[in-house]
Amino acid sequence: MKSFKILSMLVAVVMLLAACGGGGATKGELKVAILAPLSGPVPTFGEMTRDGALLAIEEWNAKGGVLGMTIVPIVEDSQCTPDPAVNAANKVINQDGVHYIIGEVCSKASIPVSEIANAAKVLQISPTSTNPSVTVDQNGVTKQYIYRACFIDPFQGKVGAKFAYENLGARKAFVMVDQANDYVKGLAENFKASFIELGGEIVGEASYTANDTDFSAILAQIDEADPDIVYLPDYYNIVNLVTAQAKDKGITVPFMGGDGWDSADLDLKSADGGYFTNHYSPDSQAPLAVSFRAAFEKKYGKTPDALAALAYDATNLLLTAIQQAGVDDPTKVAETLNGITFEAVSGTISFDEQHNPIKSATILKVTAEGVKFETVVNP
Amino acid sequence: MQLQTRPKKPPIIVRPNSFLAWIGRAFLILLALVVTYILAQNLIQKPLYFVTNVINGLQLGFVYALIALGYTMVYGIVKLINFAHGDVFMVGAFVSFFAIERFQLHQWPLKVFPSMNPFVAVAIGTITTILLSMVVCVLLAITIERVAYKPLRDAPRIAALITAIGVSFFLEYFGLLEFVFSARFIPYQRPFEVVTWYISDGIHRLENGQTPPDNSIVISNILLIIILCTLAVLVFLQFLVHKTKIGIAMRATSFDKPTARLMGIQVDQVISFTFAIGAAFAGLGGVLYAIAYPSIKTLMGVYPGLKAFVAAVLGGIGSIPGAFVGALIMGQAESMTASYISTPMRDAIAFTILILVLLVRPTGIFGEPEKEKA
Repeated sequence: MKSFKILSMLVAVVMLLAACGGGGATKGELKVAILAPLSGPVPTFGEMTRDGALLAIEEWNAKGGVLGMTIVPIVEDSQCTPDPAVNAANKVINQDGVHYIIGEVCSKASIPVSEIANAAKVLQISPTSTNPSVTVDQNGVTKQYIYRACFIDPFQGKVGAKFAYENLGARKAFVMVDQANDYVKGLAENFKASFIELGGEIVGEASYTANDTDFSAILAQIDEADPDIVYLPDYYNIVNLVTAQAKDKGITVPFMGGDGWDSADLDLKSADGGYFTNHYSPDSQAPLAVSFRAAFEKKYGKTPDALAALAYDATNLLLTAIQQAGVDDPTKVAETLNGITFEAVSGTISFDEQHNPIKSATILKVTAEGVKFETVVNP
Repeated sequence: MQLQTRPKKPPIIVRPNSFLAWIGRAFLILLALVVTYILAQNLIQKPLYFVTNVINGLQLGFVYALIALGYTMVYGIVKLINFAHGDVFMVGAFVSFFAIERFQLHQWPLKVFPSMNPFVAVAIGTITTILLSMVVCVLLAITIERVAYKPLRDAPRIAALITAIGVSFFLEYFGLLEFVFSARFIPYQRPFEVVTWYISDGIHRLENGQTPPDNSIVISNILLIIILCTLAVLVFLQFLVHKTKIGIAMRATSFDKPTARLMGIQVDQVISFTFAIGAAFAGLGGVLYAIAYPSIKTLMGVYPGLKAFVAAVLGGIGSIPGAFVGALIMGQAESMTASYISTPMRDAIAFTILILVLLVRPTGIFGEPEKEKA
């Protein structure tokens, strides 16, 4: 790690000298900016993202770089906040002259960065920003140079329905929705549409509010409707309350949700037997995921999470597209990305017309001992 | 010889428009008939589902009763709506959370006497935890009363009311700080295991992971504990208020403070005592609520507090049986709304009840019209 730091500093000094001499990027080097929140509210997100991206770059450089060029990472702290992120984006584009940005983590920072990057014809891939506005402007037009490596939230409803119908054999589903929460609503609507399309039946739907603590009435309705699965795509706090009360009432039908369940505060004993969709699991048995985890643990001495995996995927995706395009030109690389099918750690990625990946999702099962990897579901 | 001590005042409320009042009453009667009809229809169609909903409503209603008692007692004695009461309830839940999570207080009997009967040990451990919460709530309430309400005792009532709202916000947003209770939802570890029984030709215990058969009614030990605790509290209160010296002092203070003071009653201590009793029940309610709905957060007291307040108004604020009956009605109203209309509607219905009570019978079910004091 230390030697790597020195190496990258040396490279940066060389770069600086080269820049002073010739102006602009020199041939033989490809600069990639990594915008990650290394300080601010979510520094651990930023560290994992940076580490994932740097690992990918190191692996490429070890194989001889891309198109014969050495890849030079430029890491900037964008703080998960719009203003610092905009400053970082302006710095890497105007001073460092990068053509490619990996980042930001948070949607609220990625959106202003995407405006700048798109205007400057700099290709940006956000590893983890799920807000639809990252890749689409307010007029509904897709931003030509902006992509993401994660699926957007509502997509989880679709994969969830497929898993419930095909893997669990559920035919009757009950859906619980917080009408005031867009995340929950998006997932629930996609789940319903996909489940019905697959041939299943929605036997009941109940709405609640985020302030509710007593769910006995909804649980009584579930008991009456007798579904095979209850879809509850809310955050862990609601999940804890609902599943605990369901257990008390002897309701054993499995619950299922989205990545809102992914929390250290999820009540494992109550949610036991439930499933949720997520971007990545370190326990994934896919060959790429296994080798990624091994490499990451060897280099950093810690287990990768979804942020590290998606940053690794985003970087690999970018470098693969540059390689396939055969030229260091963001416009050509973007065209390549539109038609790409890329085997990533977090699943096979291809893009729809809004630059959102169509990719497989990981299904995790909750047990009293912990959250376990269940399977990967392709859309 | 004049029998009346006060000259008769002309009635304050004059209703010149009796036609409108008549329409309003007719509308209410119609509404009541429609609700009764719908409930009766559901009772006939799906009797078991209906009974399940009644049981769910009972659980809520009995917890509300514990909180409503505090509102009603404090109002009865100082004519103050103590809006901080719901937050004392929250503190009760958090104290038990820390006692259980950090210090395993609920397991102390087994640690001290390892050979103890497990059931007795769990019971004693749970009771200790509840008592600790109650004591902390009592201390908190006495502090609040001394710091925030006592200096305002002779100020206009609205000043104390606004202070109460201020204290409530203080507790809520002080609690939200990261180093206090934080803004997170915290999973609550119950001090005892939940045991569930189902009733269908006889009472059977539901084993873990077992589904009760169709056409059965499920009852948990939590419901029974809540009902027992609340009934015990009610009996205790009736005894306290009507049979003890402090109860007589409370009633005297409530009736006429200056005269009570002249008769040698230490009014300030009686008022503090009333706050303490109310807070103890709120603390008990907080623990039971957290056990029943095992996820706690700093703002958890807001809605139960408001609902209990509505219950106290519905029953007639100042009346102890009124608070109990009002709370049971509120529990049923919420449960029925959630089951037969929709869950998000239940808060709307709860506060509609408040408005209707205030419009039609501001004194509530058990309340007496307030006497004008000279």
